[in-house]
Amino acid sequence: MALEINDLCVNCWACEPLCPNKAIYSASPHFEIDPDKCTECAGDYADAQCAAICPIEGAIVDELGDALNPPGSLTGIPLQLLMEAAGALEGTAAKVSSS
Amino acid sequence: MELPVISNTAESGGGGCSSHSCGSTADQLNQIPDEILQKVFNHPCYSEDAHHHFARMHVAVAPACNIQCNYCNRKYDCANESRPGVVSELLTPDQAAKKTLVVASEIPQMSVLGIAGPGDPLANPERTFATFQMLSEHAPDIKLCVSTNGLMLPQSVDEIAKHNIDHVTITINCVDPDVGAKIYPWIFWNNKRIKGREGAAILIEQQQKGLEACIAKGVLVKVNSVMIPGVNDEHLKEVSRVVKSKGAFLHNVMPLIAEAEHGTYYGLTGQRGPTQDELQALQDACAGDMNMMRHCRQCRADAVGLLGEDRGAEFTLDKIAEYELDLEGAAARRAEVRDRIAAELEEKRNAKAAAPAPKLVALDMSGLATKEALRPVKMAVATSGGGVINQHFGHAKEFLVYEASEKGVRFLGHRKTDLYCSGGDTCGDADTTLQQTVKTLEGCEVVLCSKIGYEPWGMLEEAGIAPNGEHAMEGIEDAVMAVYAEMAAAGKLVAPVEAPAQSAA
Ligand code: SF4
Ligand code: SF4
Ligand code: SF4
Repeated sequence: MALEINDLCVNCWACEPLCPNKAIYSASPHFEIDPDKCTECAGDYADAQCAAICPIEGAIVDELGDALNPPGSLTGIPLQLLMEAAGALEGTAAKVSSS
Repeated sequence: MELPVISNTAESGGGGCSSHSCGSTADQLNQIPDEILQKVFNHPCYSEDAHHHFARMHVAVAPACNIQCNYCNRKYDCANESRPGVVSELLTPDQAAKKTLVVASEIPQMSVLGIAGPGDPLANPERTFATFQMLSEHAPDIKLCVSTNGLMLPQSVDEIAKHNIDHVTITINCVDPDVGAKIYPWIFWNNKRIKGREGAAILIEQQQKGLEACIAKGVLVKVNSVMIPGVNDEHLKEVSRVVKSKGAFLHNVMPLIAEAEHGTYYGLTGQRGPTQDELQALQDACAGDMNMMRHCRQCRADAVGLLGEDRGAEFTLDKIAEYELDLEGAAARRAEVRDRIAAELEEKRNAKAAAPAPKLVALDMSGLATKEALRPVKMAVATSGGGVINQHFGHAKEFLVYEASEKGVRFLGHRKTDLYCSGGDTCGDADTTLQQTVKTLEGCEVVLCSKIGYEPWGMLEEAGIAPNGEHAMEGIEDAVMAVYAEMAAAGKLVAPVEAPAQSAA
């Protein structure tokens, strides 16, 4: 039972000091969770601490790969806009802003 | 009829703004008690006098944040204090302290070290306070300041007071949880993420508690607010009133900067920022109520140097690591510079006090049929300092905006020409630099500069702004009044039937 940090992580350090098991460490290119230490905070807190503070949707996932903070759940940005923005980033950054 | 130069007439006590060279305005500091004036005297972010002479820097040691603001994208630095889309190099407390000491050795004007991000300094208390601890030890003459969203402020006040940090900036965007719910989608509190109105209510309560606790401990508090049209613009007048009544000594209203490419909630949902005019109107409305800091340049969180300049690129990590510090020598050089600047400022103040009362510009009313009220006019000035119009239009990185009215001249604020971008590549294909600059001057009717090229001349006229190079090298306030008088004589100033509300100051 362990959570995982993926490459959406922006290395903001918010999660690291909160982990009751010191399972989170700074690594390159992004923070990592030691699966042997992570307990998903069971017994310590009601909510997994890293996932409760992480500001980036989708950056922390469970063993099935499901995001604890799915897209839109934190920022409230409608999915449609998120997708448009992601599309824009891939090539045509200028076009979105002019509309 | 006489038109006094308002900003020269206020009796600001010791450390107020006597230099009008920077476009300083007396309404900013003249209501502040003396002991606080002493504290801010050589703080380049607070004192108009000081910001030309003393340098400041920020270091990025605090990456984590404990709340989310709708104008922030956590990939970048805290949008509270810095420009969005800028990533600063994260330093360890050791590196940050060394960097500060190196800069303070190389730039003896260095007087303030701030920690403002990239996240929230008080969400990273160990890193923030370790940095302050080392600096208090090795360079006790350097003032320390810290900016925060306020969530952890009540818990940190004792620690703050211990490190003798006498400047705290709190970003307060609202005092009403319903407004807050539209600005803060969540906060992290007591080991939980709390969303919506409930989270905003806790944040607001903590900010207010923290503000009160700082004041109670004698810690100076400045309040920053981000103006978000349609969300908190009207509400900020109330915020201004509340924070003033609790003892904040400055309230600084900054414009929301939101672009889709920043990827923020506001950016992607099309929330617009205020126009220069809206911003100024709100700053005016709040100023009646409290001191406003009008010369805030929204400097980058890791900027190094005097206000408006950034020498950060000179101090790379490699250079810092191998630098041999001479702490005592550096401290002595700083003391020397400080004394010299203090003497200069003192001299200027004395000269000012001894000088005859500011020249009053009389208006020739004979050309006007009735004694109808004249409407106020905003004018932009290109200057490189010294209180005179001495800059070429095309060289101006910022303009000082003044308002001339029957009551005289007053300074309204700075308008940066490169607030959003300095190079072409990051900001899409929108406008040319010149178009940007002209847009920046929205609401002004005249631009005073030493010289101006043919192309900008035409574009300004098209935008309804009259370029004027006739007052090159003249004092700003005299020139502004002279132009106002000319406009009055030409009959251009008879107020429209419905005078703009904000002009009735
Ligand atoms: S879920 Fe809890 S134990 Fe696991 S890494 Fe996150 S904070 Fe640590
Ligand atoms: S809080 Fe999220 S984004 Fe920040 S370091 Fe941890 S996993 Fe990465
Ligand atoms: S406080 Fe600063 S870093 Fe935190 S979310 Fe707000 S703008 Fe971003």
